[in-house]
Amino acid sequence: MVGLKIENLTKTFGGRKVIDHVSFEVYEGEFCILLGPSGCGKSTVLRLIAGLERQDGGGVYIGDREVSGLTPKERDIAMVFQSYALYPHLNVYENIAFPLKIRKMSRREIEKKVQAAAGLLGIDTMLRRKPKELSGGQRQRVAIGRAIVREPRLFLFDEPLSNLDAKLRSSMRVELAGLHKKLGITTIYVTHDQIEAMTLGQKIVVIDRGVIQQIGTPREVYDKPANLFTASFIGMPSINLIEGRLVKKGEEILFRSDDLEIPVARRDFERYVGGDVTSGIRPESLGPGEGPLAGRLEHIEHLGSETILYVKSGNMRITAKAGADFGGKVGEDISLSVNTMDIHFFLDGKRLDVARGAENDRGARTV
Amino acid sequence: MKERLEKAGFAVLTLFVVCLSLLPFLWFLDTSLKTPIDITAIPPAIVPSGSFHFYESAIENYNLLHFVKNSMIVAGASTLITILLSVFAGYALARLRMKYKGIIMGSFLLVSMFPQISIAGPVWKILQSFGWLNTYQGLVLPYVTLTLPLGIWITASFFRELPGELEDAAKIDGCGHVQTLFKVIIPLAAPGVFTAALLVFIYAWNEFFFALLIMTEKSYQTLPVGIALFQGQYTMPWGEIAAASTVATVPLVLLVFLFQRRIVRGLSAGAIKG
Repeated sequence: MVGLKIENLTKTFGGRKVIDHVSFEVYEGEFCILLGPSGCGKSTVLRLIAGLERQDGGGVYIGDREVSGLTPKERDIAMVFQSYALYPHLNVYENIAFPLKIRKMSRREIEKKVQAAAGLLGIDTMLRRKPKELSGGQRQRVAIGRAIVREPRLFLFDEPLSNLDAKLRSSMRVELAGLHKKLGITTIYVTHDQIEAMTLGQKIVVIDRGVIQQIGTPREVYDKPANLFTASFIGMPSINLIEGRLVKKGEEILFRSDDLEIPVARRDFERYVGGDVTSGIRPESLGPGEGPLAGRLEHIEHLGSETILYVKSGNMRITAKAGADFGGKVGEDISLSVNTMDIHFFLDGKRLDVARGAENDRGARTV
Repeated sequence: MKERLEKAGFAVLTLFVVCLSLLPFLWFLDTSLKTPIDITAIPPAIVPSGSFHFYESAIENYNLLHFVKNSMIVAGASTLITILLSVFAGYALARLRMKYKGIIMGSFLLVSMFPQISIAGPVWKILQSFGWLNTYQGLVLPYVTLTLPLGIWITASFFRELPGELEDAAKIDGCGHVQTLFKVIIPLAAPGVFTAALLVFIYAWNEFFFALLIMTEKSYQTLPVGIALFQGQYTMPWGEIAAASTVATVPLVLLVFLFQRRIVRGLSAGAIKG
């Protein structure tokens, strides 16, 4: 069943289109991520869903009810803000109880619900404290408590973890995932952090400049980026993009860039031969070993579990990954092997062979 | 050594300025506690005898408490009405999306800058046609009009300081505009609202010109006018005037001391992000 449907949403601020015909659907109970760089319009989409802004065109449906013209109050949603937005003059209990009080629920029922929510979030011992006496993580919990206490149709999160330190962020991430599993409420979660997107999301909507770039599962947007933007935005360290041309050499199709030649393992690319394409190779598809790419080691980062290699090859800078035991030194020459199956090709910024299955891809492995 | 000198110099200077501004107040406080004989003594007696004679006389012979009551009613009502209106107008001007905000705010400022004498005639005419001369509302109306710009400017600048996400949160939690204003915005902007209220109250409490013009009957006169009219054709009751002035000043001093913190916070708002 549909939890949320966005149809052709458009919003203009001062003559500038910040949201341009955005449409997507979220299933009931699904955890959906709106991912994009800052200023891409993802927060505006969230505010349009919440009813805090009015759209210029298009519609918002929660369940099968159109809510486009309704106030936030009438939409039955809850939202967690980046700054937490706790009411400073109220204590934790009153903060969580606030939405229930506004809805004129009985005192006993409020008491019961607040206790339940606080227990779930582990903040039941600090109900009498004011927000300013709490740590960042505790404030975040209170903000989430205020959202879940109402059991809304839709949860909206606006970069809720970006004010927390790295360690707390990863533990809150796990907790949020657990909470969503427990409550099963449709969730829209805005972030610019791809780790949050990949770990929390069941569906990711990638947005740039107010336009949807790709919709898919975390695996799909990572393994089959639909365009250059998604390819370069997702992945740490980011994907290597090499511009070149597809050529034919005998029966074989090759990707050629200067003196670099990489065999292309797809026979159906015949029709693109002669075209200028960009190839995208993720650092983890490159590693020390016999292969077509060679260069000089410029910089090495030991991360403990793995090693990141920065290699200068001709005019290109290439990032590759090696194991933790990598023994090379800066300044040494190195050659890199390529997993040809994991190379992405883009023509005019769009992925080649998006729709095709994998049947043509079997065959060549590492060269 | 140099530092100590600087400190001492600073202290002396501060003391001098404080004395200078407090001197009139201290003098009439002193006078009010003298006996009728002390007042005209030559050389003047600095230490008062501590008699409450003039207070009793001011209350009994000059109906002081009656003026206090009038002032309380007029200043209190003016403050209440002005603040209520300011809070609504300030919220709208600070937070709602509307056109010509700058022009509206500017015209408020303009109103507050009219010299009182230039509007005195029309105001009197209008009040006369209402039949509001010598009534409480006759004085409250011009006070509200004159203090409203101040109230709106103070509250609006306070509301503007509050983070927008709080308001969004209130809307999501189910508040309408008015609920958001009273449950979230006003409690948070309390220092600003207090400051505005106090300044309005002080204005209405001290105002002399309109009070003199509109309240010609003794039974409706406020403290400043009442005190000014203590003097008769041949008498100048200095002692009673001093006592009444003290009575008129004390409430303000108390108010300011009580809410000192809030006012300081209020006046310095915007300087540092909370």
